[in-house]
Amino acid sequence: MSSLFPVNVGEEIMKTREVVLPGDEVSLGDLKARNGLYKNGESKFCSAYFGTIQRSDQFVDVVPFWGTYMPRRGDRVIGKVIEIGPSMWIVDINAPYTSLLHMNDAPWRINPGDLKRYMNTGDYMIAKVLSLNEIKESWLTLKDVGLRKLEGGTIVSIQAPKVPRIIGKNGTMVNMIKDMTFTRIIVGQNGLIWLDGTPGNVIIAIEAIELVKNEAHTIGLTDRVKALLESKKGEIVGNAE
Amino acid sequence: MGTQSDIKLIDENGLRLDGRSAGDLRPIRIEAGVLERADGSAMIEWGGNKIVVAVYGPREAYPKHNQDINRAIVKARYNMAAFSVDERKRPGPDRRSIEISKVLSEALSAAIMVEQFPRAQIDVFIEVLQADAGTRIAGLTASSVAIADAGIPMRDFVTGCTAGKVDGKVVLDLSKEEDNFGQADLPVAVLPKSGKIVLMQMDGDLSVEEFDTATSMIMNAIPRINEIQRNALSSRVKVEGGGGE
Repeated sequence: MSSLFPVNVGEEIMKTREVVLPGDEVSLGDLKARNGLYKNGESKFCSAYFGTIQRSDQFVDVVPFWGTYMPRRGDRVIGKVIEIGPSMWIVDINAPYTSLLHMNDAPWRINPGDLKRYMNTGDYMIAKVLSLNEIKESWLTLKDVGLRKLEGGTIVSIQAPKVPRIIGKNGTMVNMIKDMTFTRIIVGQNGLIWLDGTPGNVIIAIEAIELVKNEAHTIGLTDRVKALLESKKGEIVGNAE
Repeated sequence: MGTQSDIKLIDENGLRLDGRSAGDLRPIRIEAGVLERADGSAMIEWGGNKIVVAVYGPREAYPKHNQDINRAIVKARYNMAAFSVDERKRPGPDRRSIEISKVLSEALSAAIMVEQFPRAQIDVFIEVLQADAGTRIAGLTASSVAIADAGIPMRDFVTGCTAGKVDGKVVLDLSKEEDNFGQADLPVAVLPKSGKIVLMQMDGDLSVEEFDTATSMIMNAIPRINEIQRNALSSRVKVEGGGGE
């Protein structure tokens, strides 16, 4: 099992990433500014958030510790039906604005006024943000691979800025939790996470997610999540291979 | 304000009633993230002031005709508890608190990147539990901590301070007695990095020279207050990181 994951043990010390506050100047070096930065009056780049600095190969981002999800085109989000119109579902996507799902963007042949038969209020779905306009009105679609109505399972929510940590580099973190707890997990870009499996396993998976949520700004997180899951191995059902 | 009295507010050594000299601040303590259900929150103790601030949003603005298609609206609500002052305050918004809510909303809009959230509203609830002069500035100072805590993008903090004229002398950060029996009160809020003024009101009279002294005193105090705001936020992360270094 462990051969699937890169093993680098020995980093017990929790290192915190560089913390910035609103208005703090951020030195870019050769990199370009991306999210969470703005140019002040003297055209220097400053942080807009209380968060951490993340430097990749090309870009510098400021990732806030907390914050709401803002929809972007192409994001896969988990939404909840809150209202049904004659041809549209009104969907809560955990953002400041509600989103719309038109019946033609659903994978079923629906007659107008008959939407309730397919998805009722309170139902969850994994959908993609199809389009978004200047005033942040957005439309969803269910017509793509992996998009569907979510039946059963549990929803947990985390802060949207922490989603990349839950997923990990190329999905390492979420895949590890999936494989080690035998749970089906779908992570929405908007911070909602759907889990399905044996109740005991789901609880352990949620525990792992909580750990990521609380320590998202530290380094060496994958190892600690792994250690947590290893210690719970006895409680996980279906572990006999 | 303006009521003449026999109380001597500044003694022969130049010290004030609470033992401060002209340029001293009262002790300030800010704590971020005090409320569980708010998106962001802060509590401030500034001298005898005790204020809790809760921030919600950005969320869709209601009623719908209040929505601005280009930016978020900031709705600050300054409210004094009935028990916050010596004599019971009649609860509910009055002329004074409506005015303060308005000027605080405008001051905060200058710092928040409202253009990123069209049609939305950001609610800031400022609850004064105990009042001791300078509540609007203390509330505003705590609000900007609560907004940063909520993860709302801001250009800078908003930091405020007051100055005033007491017994004919310009002093910083008026206490309750100085506010009641002094000759002038000048609350100012600025964006500390750029020095831009986002709020300035004056009660009473100051000469041009006195005004200049008062503003320069405030500008000197701002970095000190801003440091307290910054520490309130950064200390929160260290705790959440499980005590790790």
